[in-house]
Amino acid sequence: MAKMNLLQAVNSALETAMADNDRVVCLGEDIGKFGGVFRATSNLQEKFGRDRVFNTPLTEQGIAGFAIGLAAQGAVPVAEIQFADYIFPAFDQIVNEAAKFRYRSGNEFDVAGLTFRTPYGGGIAGGLYHSQSPEAYFCHTPGLKIVVPSTPYQAKGLLLAAIRDPNPVLFFEPKAIYRAAIGEVPEEDYEIPIGKAEVTETGTDITLLAWGAQMIAVNKAAAMARADGISCEIIDLRSLLPWDVETVVASVIKTGRLLVSHEACRTGGFGAEIATEIQERCFLYLESPISRVTGMDTPYPLALEKEYMADHLKIYEAIKSSVKF
Amino acid sequence: MKAEFITSANLPIPTFSVLNADGVVSPGAEIAPLTEAKARKMYSDMLFTRVLDERMVAAQRQGRLSFYLTCTGEEAAVMGTAAAFSEHDMIMGQYREQAALRFRGFTTKQFMNQMFSNELDLGKGRQMPIHYGCRALNFMTISSPLGTQIPQAAGYAYGQKLEGKEACTLCYFGDGAASEGDFHAGLNMAAVLKCPVVFVARNNGYAISTPTSEQFAGDGIASRGVGYGIKTIRVDGNDILATYTAAVAARAMALANKEPVLIETMSYRLGAHSTSDDPSGYRSREEEDKWRDKDPINRMKNWLLAQGWWSEDEEKSTLEEYRSEVLATMKSEEKHPSPKLEELINDVYDVPPAHLQAQYESLKKHIELYPEHYPATSGRL
Repeated sequence: MAKMNLLQAVNSALETAMADNDRVVCLGEDIGKFGGVFRATSNLQEKFGRDRVFNTPLTEQGIAGFAIGLAAQGAVPVAEIQFADYIFPAFDQIVNEAAKFRYRSGNEFDVAGLTFRTPYGGGIAGGLYHSQSPEAYFCHTPGLKIVVPSTPYQAKGLLLAAIRDPNPVLFFEPKAIYRAAIGEVPEEDYEIPIGKAEVTETGTDITLLAWGAQMIAVNKAAAMARADGISCEIIDLRSLLPWDVETVVASVIKTGRLLVSHEACRTGGFGAEIATEIQERCFLYLESPISRVTGMDTPYPLALEKEYMADHLKIYEAIKSSVKF
Repeated sequence: MKAEFITSANLPIPTFSVLNADGVVSPGAEIAPLTEAKARKMYSDMLFTRVLDERMVAAQRQGRLSFYLTCTGEEAAVMGTAAAFSEHDMIMGQYREQAALRFRGFTTKQFMNQMFSNELDLGKGRQMPIHYGCRALNFMTISSPLGTQIPQAAGYAYGQKLEGKEACTLCYFGDGAASEGDFHAGLNMAAVLKCPVVFVARNNGYAISTPTSEQFAGDGIASRGVGYGIKTIRVDGNDILATYTAAVAARAMALANKEPVLIETMSYRLGAHSTSDDPSGYRSREEEDKWRDKDPINRMKNWLLAQGWWSEDEEKSTLEEYRSEVLATMKSEEKHPSPKLEELINDVYDVPPAHLQAQYESLKKHIELYPEHYPATSGRL
């Protein structure tokens, strides 16, 4: 075990994957010698050479298309999109190409080795274009897997699983806690299964569900609620596509209440999908309406970011409302 | 020094041409060696493609097929380039390159099964007609979105280079697709990252109804290749020896130098864009006739006849053979049933995840309730 922050855990996963399989390559803007704008790919070019760790021209659609071609050829590309806010030029390649590659060819071809890594989320005074959480757009796309870690331990284990998963995976990294999240991470190789949630705290009165950096706000709110005598069960979803319905159902049957929180805006957010599924599966067990605490339906703001965010206080208030309903 | 601006007139791009309209090789023209056997195969496959196109358009008109796209007029542009490559090279096409697929060995049955989206289709009946693909023949499955294969081809070629393979990638697209962002991204990345890929821009004059004069203001597609730092040639796309010669040289450069090469084939789409449009609405009969006189198949035939490698008798019997083969195969293959219901959820992922499996089970129950409404699958659940 070693103490690592989330960035170091990502770097460790990449290094482990590259050492384990010489078909793994890393590509993206500034990821070469410079090691990426967040340094997630530090020292990788030095260790594995320019052929396997390389800068690309500034073109997200090109990076995505190029990585798809690499994966189709049998390589295992890990492509970085510098900010999730800039993933949209690659939307067509990801949604129309990567996600449908195996299906449309009748399994003649696939992009099994493909992984996209991209830092997402707010809380860093990044304004409209360095703060977004675009996961819901991609959750609407059959063929993709979508993963969001919240701790260094998860980051390494889930990224290794993503790189080796025989399907294209989008790996959203919570950049707000890249350095703030610190924890014990095994130096050796390990994987955390995709599609499996983690119950991080057991409780009896309400289930709190989140993923990525939002886990911090949820944990804070749960501590405040605990002081009021409210027992929260906390689930870190970890994978959004496919998501672990069974774990959430089991928890909600026990607690009778569910609160989902995400940074992204409310309308059409992934919380809506979760709420619907749980309502269908747990209708007779619910003691209050499923609650969503989310970003607002505005572009991501700058000066008023604090007001906009689904912070711990908003979650705390929603917990109380749900329990008192 | 004076501020001088340049235009495309400062960079004239010639068109490489070898055969005249009568199929005679221009004096002094340097052509890549081509054996009699290979030339005959290329020509036969071009004839097959023409026959297939004619028959399938007719079948679409009769309502037997939902959709079709012809290669007509561009057989030499496609065949001449494809034939210059090894069977180990990957072909990533746009959708009008059935001549290349035939050359690789795609059977008449395989064409039909794809077009009838039946249970024998390699693509499992999931895509509209003409979206062929075949791993055994290194022909990447066609995708409708335009230009997406261009950066993918660069990446595929980079993978081949990394693996140390003596193989490269051949990537086709049209003059319209070259306006997509993926074209710019793909060519630029291929050049910067030194990918052994040969891009073939089939300039056929039209993107559905839009003429090239409304597609770009510059000097075709070739001028852009130079801008990306890519070795580029423009060739007469109706001249099989010109396209073949250029492609042989392009492949050799791509492999030897690990670099991309761009070929722009100047040709004409003699047919409609697809069976869903009628060209009389956007171009004249005279213009079409002018190009019909330059038919690439006739031109190759004249050359073959002069070589003594082909005869009018063979022409007649080959055409008859292909026509009856296409008709008979169409008749037999259109009878195959649709893929089974489970193919609806297979291949979305390597294995169907739980939520998809649940949707499938629920669909099955629903079909059992209304079997007559879902005749394609209800009998085989």
